[in-house]
Amino acid sequence: MSQKNRRKIMVDIDTLIEKSLQGEKLATARLISMVERGDQQTPYILEKMYPHSGNAYYIGMTGPPGAGKSTIVNKLVKLFCKSSYRVGVIAVDPSSPFSGGALLGDRIRMNAKSQTYDYFFRSMSAGRAMGGLSRTTKEASRILDASGRQIVIIETVGVGQSELDVAKATDTVLVILTPESGDHIQIMKAGLLEIADIFVVNKSDRPGAENIAHSVRGMLDRRHARLQWRPHVFMTSTLMNKGINELHEGIWTHHRYLQQNGNLEKRRKFQIKEELQQRIETELSDILWQHIIDDEKIEQLVAEVWLHKISPLNAARKIVAEWLGKGKIIQKTFSTK
Amino acid sequence: MNRRIRVLMAKLGLDIHWRGVYLVSEFLKEAGMEVVYLGNSFPEQIVEAAIEEDADVVGLSTLSGNHMTLGPKVVKLLKEKGMGHVKVFMGGVMPPKDAVKLEAEHGIHKVYLPDTSMETIIEGIKSSMRDS
Ligand SMILES: Nc1nc2c(ncn2[C@@H]2O[C@H](COP(=O)(O)OP(=O)(O)OP(=O)(O)O)[C@@H](O)[C@H]2O)c(=O)[nH]1
Ligand SMILES: [Mg+2]
Repeated sequence: MSQKNRRKIMVDIDTLIEKSLQGEKLATARLISMVERGDQQTPYILEKMYPHSGNAYYIGMTGPPGAGKSTIVNKLVKLFCKSSYRVGVIAVDPSSPFSGGALLGDRIRMNAKSQTYDYFFRSMSAGRAMGGLSRTTKEASRILDASGRQIVIIETVGVGQSELDVAKATDTVLVILTPESGDHIQIMKAGLLEIADIFVVNKSDRPGAENIAHSVRGMLDRRHARLQWRPHVFMTSTLMNKGINELHEGIWTHHRYLQQNGNLEKRRKFQIKEELQQRIETELSDILWQHIIDDEKIEQLVAEVWLHKISPLNAARKIVAEWLGKGKIIQKTFSTK
Repeated sequence: MNRRIRVLMAKLGLDIHWRGVYLVSEFLKEAGMEVVYLGNSFPEQIVEAAIEEDADVVGLSTLSGNHMTLGPKVVKLLKEKGMGHVKVFMGGVMPPKDAVKLEAEHGIHKVYLPDTSMETIIEGIKSSMRDS
């Protein structure tokens, strides 16, 4: 690329960043796309945007498919906007494992008119993410934050581990269940109990809602006896317009809890630490695969493992030990024996 | 990684026929595109969504005779909002001469009448991205 072209791109990026910081939607949307696809300008964009983020309140929303997450998001967005907050939403849907394409259907539940309510809604495909779903959702939500969104809601379907990671990376996590969510074993198995700050039993217009709420409370009694924050359980029905105001109030209750005793700072620092660890691993493994591990060596070991001369674990250790090479001490702790 | 084509699919106005759009959306997904499904919408909402979703393509279905007013309105609003690069496709039932007019005079990239094959639609979208 010529020097002139490069400069032009930088200028365009700076204009986009400036406009996004002023709250312009088009620029914000463009930046999110760039970061999402791992554009080479990503580090520059994040460097410029990050100092302006950190002001928003991040809410995670997860639960089984079809539980009513998007419908609840729509209602909450309206309530937040009515209290004059500018809201951002990121809604993640799974992608097709075959084509990599996706049908993103959360937006259809948003009937809040943009003329009346000031929100920014972005649909995202889980499969698209370069470097994992948690990277893209974090970076996209920080861009929304820096562009002036005061509340950022992230919706993910709670089926896999990465989706749970996304929920965990927010200030307040809502787990949405329904009367069909089954017994407590299923809820435990899905890993939903540990991450929830607030439980919602939606579709409470249907039979069985009380039972679910009861069994969730039972589980919480056993688990949270010693914890500072005991998750609240709300019953809602978006169909009958019931329980939504209480849920909204409940979210602010958790927000107030976060404001006390440095709870928010603790939580965010913990998340930052996790993020740093993850990023260090990613950086290292990138370096490893790009510059250090040579294909010939791998092929040679594949042959040996295939012949059962060496186990996969020890083959891997051999490569790492050889790379670390000179450092005898490291070699000892990383022995192939 | 290259950007996947992002398509915003909407039914114009209060069109109640939904199977067609949803089916097309499924096929576009299987062709590797990211489809944001919007359901029934009016031009203002469609354009707002196209901006936030950073859509490359907007697909509009129409069966209720509003195609000559609402279709061109989407194109016009997109241009006004700085989204002139977005390719607008339409599908649905209309007289063939209207289709010709929409393409020739109103900035609709392509109109697909009901018996169009899915391959044609997919290829049409893909090639519209290559031109730009
Ligand atoms: N009976 C009843 N149906 C509801 C309620 N809330 C939502 N629904 C319906 O449940 C269906 C799914 O709602 P969504 O809001 O799309 O659910 P979701 O959890 O976002 O779904 P995914 O994003 O696909 O996982 C829709 O048909 C809603 O109308 C409720 O309180 N009662
Ligand atoms: Mg949803």
